[in-house]
Amino acid sequence: MSEPVLRVEGLRVAFDHPLGKVRAVDDVSFALMPGERFGLAGESGSGKSTLALSILRLIKPPGHIEAGAVWLDDARIADLDDDGIRRLRLAGIALVPQGSMNSLNPVLRIGRQIADAFADHGLRLGHREEQRRITALLAAVGLPATIARMYPHELSGGMKQRACIAIAISLRPKVIIADEPTSALDVVVQRQVMATLARVQQELGAAVILVGHDMGLMAQFVDRLGIMYAGRLVEVAPIADIIARPRHPYTRALIAALPSLEARGMLAGIPGLAPSLRELPSGCAFHPRCELAIDRCRAERPVLRDIAGAQVGCHLA
Amino acid sequence: MMQCRGESGSGKTTLARLLLGLVEPTEGIVRYRGQDLRRLGFEARRTFRRDVQAIFQDPYGVYNPFYRVDHVLTVPVRRFGLATSRADARDLIGEALRAVGLRPEEILGRYPHQLSGGQRQRVMVARALLPKPKLIVADEPVSMVDASLRATILGSLRRLTDEHGISILYITHDLATAYQVSDAILVLYRAHLAEAGAVEPVVRRPQHPYTQLLVSAIPRAHAERDWLAEENETPRTSVALTPDGCVFADRCPHAVELCLAAPPALHRTEPRRGVACVQYREHAVLSASALGEVLLP
Repeated sequence: MSEPVLRVEGLRVAFDHPLGKVRAVDDVSFALMPGERFGLAGESGSGKSTLALSILRLIKPPGHIEAGAVWLDDARIADLDDDGIRRLRLAGIALVPQGSMNSLNPVLRIGRQIADAFADHGLRLGHREEQRRITALLAAVGLPATIARMYPHELSGGMKQRACIAIAISLRPKVIIADEPTSALDVVVQRQVMATLARVQQELGAAVILVGHDMGLMAQFVDRLGIMYAGRLVEVAPIADIIARPRHPYTRALIAALPSLEARGMLAGIPGLAPSLRELPSGCAFHPRCELAIDRCRAERPVLRDIAGAQVGCHLA
Repeated sequence: MMQCRGESGSGKTTLARLLLGLVEPTEGIVRYRGQDLRRLGFEARRTFRRDVQAIFQDPYGVYNPFYRVDHVLTVPVRRFGLATSRADARDLIGEALRAVGLRPEEILGRYPHQLSGGQRQRVMVARALLPKPKLIVADEPVSMVDASLRATILGSLRRLTDEHGISILYITHDLATAYQVSDAILVLYRAHLAEAGAVEPVVRRPQHPYTQLLVSAIPRAHAERDWLAEENETPRTSVALTPDGCVFADRCPHAVELCLAAPPALHRTEPRRGVACVQYREHAVLSASALGEVLLP
């Protein structure tokens, strides 16, 4: 078996606040194999985007990484200097941020924005070679070469999102982190964008971390899924297992919240609100919303345990 | 509860704005209880503004960050003279907040940035409820909240129709939630009606090729893992659109000569369904004025 390309070990991210420290990511560990598609799912505020950003050391003050380490192959990301981290972003790990289609520069043509990525990483290409690579990248995401001459406002949402993927893969990263890459798109365009991401990922042999809350999308795209709740991973398992047999009550609730296309009148929201990270409940953070909770859940915080190929953080699993 | 479904740019939001009287139609009439919206007198317009409420997509943009959230709730109370005293107004607002599953003590007195996106959106639903409207036009009310809150907010909208008899026009590009909460559905494609009818048959057994594409593109948790593979197999036609023909012809796997000659008529394929596609031309044509027949039970 090959070595993991990315390892996250005991990562803790905290935000300082006058009313006390808030821990948005708490003791998260996982490893990503080359070419693997890993999903991170949870409600808004569960820490999944913060986790994604902290892998790239993109957390800004008052947030900071308190403990833990992230390794890309043999390089410990915390040890990199500013220059090293700049080279790592895009060339090692590329991020397709949330709402990234609005991250394109409105006054630069698409081709120029891709060329900027080359220039930023010290790639001195001749004009002809640069154009050839831009055309190839656009073709890889299913866009015609003429797009290079266009401005972002001339493109539809799906085309912009694909242009962002083209920029993300421009330096052949080993890991692509996609944070809700299709949340503003309709289903038809969403499927086109996800198929594009799947294709370029396979061509590069890159691993993908898909961050999101749509369990249907996760079921159709990722190989393995991690469920986050209040900053912690509460379940990690191969996707087929987690859908067929979710072991954590929160995972079950997330799957049940997905509107079904079979039986009608079955909208099941998760009761209650996600806890405030400043005043986490005692014991298991999910216990106030869990109908199965017993006294032990209120007193003792569950740790992730290995159960038949899955990792589950629940006393009752 | 009726639902209106189409992709970005298909005309859903424009339709909502027409219904709210925010834009005037180039041709045709929007009637509220039989009266042309453009010809409403001062009093009638005021009644219309009270009876028809809107919920918009963006739960961030509608708040003034310098005012407490109470502001968006007290304005309609004052504007429509809904309460006779302060205590009365407080009860009314409290009742509306509880109707959408919020605790007034956790909401009132706070500033918008202190609430979560889901809370802000539910406050907007509560605001729409205050004047006891007859119709709520909800334009993508849950597109910016996550899946579990989506179910909660739509559940509270659905209860409004069931318990208070309020009609709702739910505008969205999310067919799955629409299927769960609506009774009837209109599917729009590039400003044209593709398919309309009772939600159950339209979503379970779509007849228009565009509706079929929409349904197949929904990623499902409990299904074969063939969602991405299907995308790669989606036929690409090279038909060029004509100004007179069907607007979906260039993406349609069943496009024929006939599609390019004239816009397809709406055919009544079932008692409660109309489809604008030449494949169903042996069925009777449904006139625009009779559209209500397939939508209402």
